[in-house]
Amino acid sequence: MAMPEKPDMHSEKFLHSLMRRQLRLSITCASAFLVVLLGLPLANYFFPEFMAARVLGFTLTWFLLGIGFCPVVWLISSYFIRRSIALEEAEVREVVEGDKRGAGDE
Amino acid sequence: MNIDPYILAFSAITVIATIWMGFWAARRSKTASDFFVAGRSVSVGWNASAISGEYLSAASFMGIAGMVMSSGYDALWYPVCYACGYLFLLLFIAGPLRRFGAYTIPDFAEGRYDSPLFRKIAVIFVLFIGFFYTMPQMKGAGVTLAYIFPGLPYQAGVVLVGAVITLNVALGGMKGITLVQAFQYWLKMFAISVPVFVLMAVYGDYGKQLNATQSSNPAAEPAALTRKPLPEKAPKDETWLSPFGPLTTKAAKAAKIPVPRTELISRLDAAGYSKTVFPALGFNSEDTQTNYGLLGSSSRVSVVNYFVAARLAGNSEVAIYIAPDLTNRVVSYPPNLSIPAADFQKTLVEIFKTNGLRLDVLNDEHVVVVDRSSQPAISATTSLPVQSVRRYSLLYTYSLIIALVCGTAGLPHILVRFYTNPDGVAAKRTTMWVMILIGVFYLFPPVFGVIGRNFMPDLYNGLSGVKGTDGIVLKLPTILHERFGALGSILSGITCAGAFAAFMSTFSGLLVSMTGALAHDVYGRMLKPKSTPDQRLRAFKVATVLIGGIAIVLGCFVEPLEINFMVGQAFAIAAASYFPLLFMSVWKRGMTMPGAATGMLTGGLCALFSVTLTNFSNLALDKGPMGKIFSGFAPLNDYWAHHPLLRILCEQPAIWAVPLAIGLMAIVSNLTRDRVPPDIRMKMLVLHAPEKLGLKQEYIQEHHGH
Repeated sequence: MAMPEKPDMHSEKFLHSLMRRQLRLSITCASAFLVVLLGLPLANYFFPEFMAARVLGFTLTWFLLGIGFCPVVWLISSYFIRRSIALEEAEVREVVEGDKRGAGDE
Repeated sequence: MNIDPYILAFSAITVIATIWMGFWAARRSKTASDFFVAGRSVSVGWNASAISGEYLSAASFMGIAGMVMSSGYDALWYPVCYACGYLFLLLFIAGPLRRFGAYTIPDFAEGRYDSPLFRKIAVIFVLFIGFFYTMPQMKGAGVTLAYIFPGLPYQAGVVLVGAVITLNVALGGMKGITLVQAFQYWLKMFAISVPVFVLMAVYGDYGKQLNATQSSNPAAEPAALTRKPLPEKAPKDETWLSPFGPLTTKAAKAAKIPVPRTELISRLDAAGYSKTVFPALGFNSEDTQTNYGLLGSSSRVSVVNYFVAARLAGNSEVAIYIAPDLTNRVVSYPPNLSIPAADFQKTLVEIFKTNGLRLDVLNDEHVVVVDRSSQPAISATTSLPVQSVRRYSLLYTYSLIIALVCGTAGLPHILVRFYTNPDGVAAKRTTMWVMILIGVFYLFPPVFGVIGRNFMPDLYNGLSGVKGTDGIVLKLPTILHERFGALGSILSGITCAGAFAAFMSTFSGLLVSMTGALAHDVYGRMLKPKSTPDQRLRAFKVATVLIGGIAIVLGCFVEPLEINFMVGQAFAIAAASYFPLLFMSVWKRGMTMPGAATGMLTGGLCALFSVTLTNFSNLALDKGPMGKIFSGFAPLNDYWAHHPLLRILCEQPAIWAVPLAIGLMAIVSNLTRDRVPPDIRMKMLVLHAPEKLGLKQEYIQEHHGH
């Protein structure tokens, strides 16, 4: 009797869930990045006075783009890296445990 | 020549040390596989430094500062996106490609579609992107040498540096060894940051420097530092400091849109012009004036009539407005004029000229005859309203962002190094460190631009070429001369050393990857598949010299173009060709070779063609020798003036070329569904399943079992 929950590495279902989970993580991180990246020009366009306010000598928009931008991206990428490593480990665990169970079954 | 000994010494030491390290390291790792494996023995930190060292080119080291100085805020998008592009690479491409085990993009193209043919197609873009990327490196070299040896022509610098690096690569140095590249990163980091800290300590910090740009606002508190006066050519503080400044609004500001027809006519009437309407005669180059009768014997009107017909062939009628005071002078032209059609228009312009008259063609139907000395009293065109300029500028900004972010993920020489880590986890940590190392580096170049605006505004007077703002990183430290003597020279020497490190490492890296493509793929696989190793080695050397030579020739032409701008174009081409290929191949299983090839070729070639066109029209504007060489493209600038949107889309093609490539890939793949590789599920598994599951091994065994 084949166990229904045993993930077969070569099955269509496994590939599907694999790609879906990875893509979901990537798209989540990409959206966070794109909101910041594409939002800044919009803020410049619609709120020019506000973005020109002075912060420590910089204009707000210069400060955000010239200094504050990279740290935000670092946060996103470090989140992605931690999550994707965890995701891979979970996937491996699933397959290995599934194999063990499958082996014990026979 | 007045050569500063400090500057010369620091530069010479860098060049010699780089070449020596290259040969030293090359001796220690003889085989080609060492090149890739070398990284496995080094830590994440070293490998991250090496990737960063290879990535930071003349555009990063010199170009950003130059562009921030010349264009202000908008130029900041370049460093930010150069650094953040890695995130896209990390999110969508790096992991799967690493698992697939393809070392280069052509390798991947072949493996993913089981198609040696596609590999050959994909290899073309290594050369296209490579040449676009080498041009700004050559410009960096020309500017730096012209600075170290005052009076040396730009072209001489390009040839000298290009020849030295080409020879070095041909002889086997600079194989892209991890250690050398890592060293280059720290050299560049040191060379850009130390002068910035010293300059900020003496003249005031980053924020204080930027605060000085409030001069236009008298209500602001008096600036804490005294700037040098800005020359005429410098952009005004307000536009320089704000978004949607000179860089992104250039095309829209140059635009001339037609005045509505009715308004034009009422303006002409109000100014008292006398109007005559003529049927326009067709006139093409095959006709001669004999078809139309001798001009000399006809009435005064015929001169105008023929001219206009020649100029505006295609319209049914033409209205000619003659300025109120001139009606009697239109008659004077020499009798018995007999000229071939080809010269017709030119000769008529001459006739008008000698008689002190000028024809202003307002638009397709309206011509004004005025006195030559008078200003154009009536203009058929007007500039764009401020709101449209801002809207176009926003579009430009977005297209630029797309080009830079997607382009980073599609650069041919970046992906290789992700394999020099022992495992996927280390590769990811490396990427994280690369983003930090690069991000920190990019904080510094804009500071040069800002301080340069305050203290070296003379550079604005030579906006293009060797004397333009691209040299600010090299020259700025010398302002310390007046207070600290030799310190200025020493720091300037240090930035020169950094510049050498920047263009030498990137040019060498590009030369190696382009030569590899040419010698390995074109010669080794297409021309002579049965060549011996000796022949291949010779082919490698010939290819190096050939590509180095082409890069030098191209580099000689680009003096008037900004370094950073050109690198941005290389990114745009990569974004429209390799990025869609990688992205779609990794995530869409229904992709086929014809689909991938169609999308990549169409997107990439369209981007290549449109940015080249922009460059030609820019070069035609140059006041130096390049303007003469490219003068044939000057009419293009008139065309751009009437179609600012087209100009923006040509200058920054990513916003349409990337979706075009992706769309074509999806559509054509769908049409050629039957050509999806048969083992596609296995391929997708290898791309996405964790490396620990060992699917790669299984895949290789299956593949060899065929």
